[in-house]
Amino acid sequence: METTKNYFFSDMYVMLGRSMRHILRSMDTIITVTIMPIMFMLLFVYVFGGAIQTGTDNYVNYLLPGILLISIASGVSYTAYRLFLDMQRGILERFNSMPIARSAVLWGHVLTSLVSNFISVIVIILVALIMGFRSPAGVLSWLAVAGILTLFTLALTWIAVIAGLSAKTVDGATAFSYPIIFLPFISSAFVPTKSMPGPVRIFAENQPVTSIVGSIRALLSNQTVGNEIWLALAWCTGIMLLAYILAKRAYKKRL
Amino acid sequence: MTKNEIAISVQGLKKSYMNIPVLTGVDFEVKTGSIFALLGANGAGKTTIVKILSTLLKQDSGHATVNGFDVSAKPGNVRESISLTGQFTAVDEILTGRENLIMMASLRHLSHPQKVAEDLLKRFSLTEAADRSAATYSGGMRRRLDIAMSLVGKPQVIFLDEPTTGLDPEGRIEVWKIVKELADNGTTVFLTTQYLEEAEQLADTIAILHEGKIIVNGTLGALKKLFPPAKVEYIEKQPTLEEIFLSIVGKKEEI
Repeated sequence: METTKNYFFSDMYVMLGRSMRHILRSMDTIITVTIMPIMFMLLFVYVFGGAIQTGTDNYVNYLLPGILLISIASGVSYTAYRLFLDMQRGILERFNSMPIARSAVLWGHVLTSLVSNFISVIVIILVALIMGFRSPAGVLSWLAVAGILTLFTLALTWIAVIAGLSAKTVDGATAFSYPIIFLPFISSAFVPTKSMPGPVRIFAENQPVTSIVGSIRALLSNQTVGNEIWLALAWCTGIMLLAYILAKRAYKKRL
Repeated sequence: MTKNEIAISVQGLKKSYMNIPVLTGVDFEVKTGSIFALLGANGAGKTTIVKILSTLLKQDSGHATVNGFDVSAKPGNVRESISLTGQFTAVDEILTGRENLIMMASLRHLSHPQKVAEDLLKRFSLTEAADRSAATYSGGMRRRLDIAMSLVGKPQVIFLDEPTTGLDPEGRIEVWKIVKELADNGTTVFLTTQYLEEAEQLADTIAILHEGKIIVNGTLGALKKLFPPAKVEYIEKQPTLEEIFLSIVGKKEEI
């Protein structure tokens, strides 16, 4: 086992190269992942936007963080999909009967998820810029935003790994993402929570998306971030660690 | 017989899934450089044995060694010595044939992956299709690529789990040729099959797995002797292995 440990990084690099080829050769996955959030963005800005009172004059600025989270939530479902196919086609078994670092196989998928979601996020921000998104934020704030989004992607990707490893059908592997895609709608992502009735408002104000969206919004508009960012980081880290542990367990069970 | 002459040794192997016993004490040995065929009906537990021997699954009790290494105590060494070609062709369909082979060579940490891939492509007459995605390959070509991927790094023991299931007769004969060549070069081949003719054609030793145990184990000649000899013989027809199998497992089906 000692010898295989030393190969973790080179093995992971091979795995990453493999799934990056998958992404680059099926750009339709990135387009699918990117188009839905862009449609939401167009819909909310140009159809509902006029009627939504957010207290800001630039609704694109208000809405963008939530749109980015939706794009990541739908993007990670492809990780579950690819992992499920690997398992079903016996590719995982082939890898696991070889003298390689077994965890490199999973990490390859996880890194690929990070890279492909990064591409989607950039595309959506470019579209938002065309639609009038402006940010006075400096490099440090942007780095902080990138950090939060990375943690959020990692947390959701490990959930996707659990789904991909324990699913029995392809549909089952990706179904987990629907509630997550829906979560931003019951948060402050599109409308301020003040307008919501009691119980919905309590849920909206205390679920992870609201603090994540709030932190990103504050960072991008150069406002003071306050405690919200710690709450956001705690949510992301907590979910990530829990999902990571469960994913590792699901992976062991599969062997 | 010295230790080096035995490639695989299995003693008292037991495995249950959810209290349903699949293997109830399996014993056998495979000589180095020979072709060993494990014969059994669907669901008899052939794949379970392959999974235990290729370190994908842990046995409940009993011992198994591959290439002199205990599968539970030294799984890393076992993985260095073997390669597994599973029941389903485990090739990456989005990658090209060449990329699949290079990936395997990189994962086996060989120093010249390109050269290894080139040689195997030539040997398995896949050079022309080398730069096409494996999704465009025919069933036979996929199986050839699959087996070629298993040969990367020249493992001493090769497991082929139902290598010809789903292949047309031509593809089947091709795989048989490859298997014979492997054994001629000193590789130990462990083969599972439900085709009796396949075992008859290829194997030096044949073992029949039935109801969790090896009920017969020997050369084709020895197996034929087990068939109750007729006292009065009017016909010259020798019993086929199929008849032997069916008489042993007590089925009275029309052949």
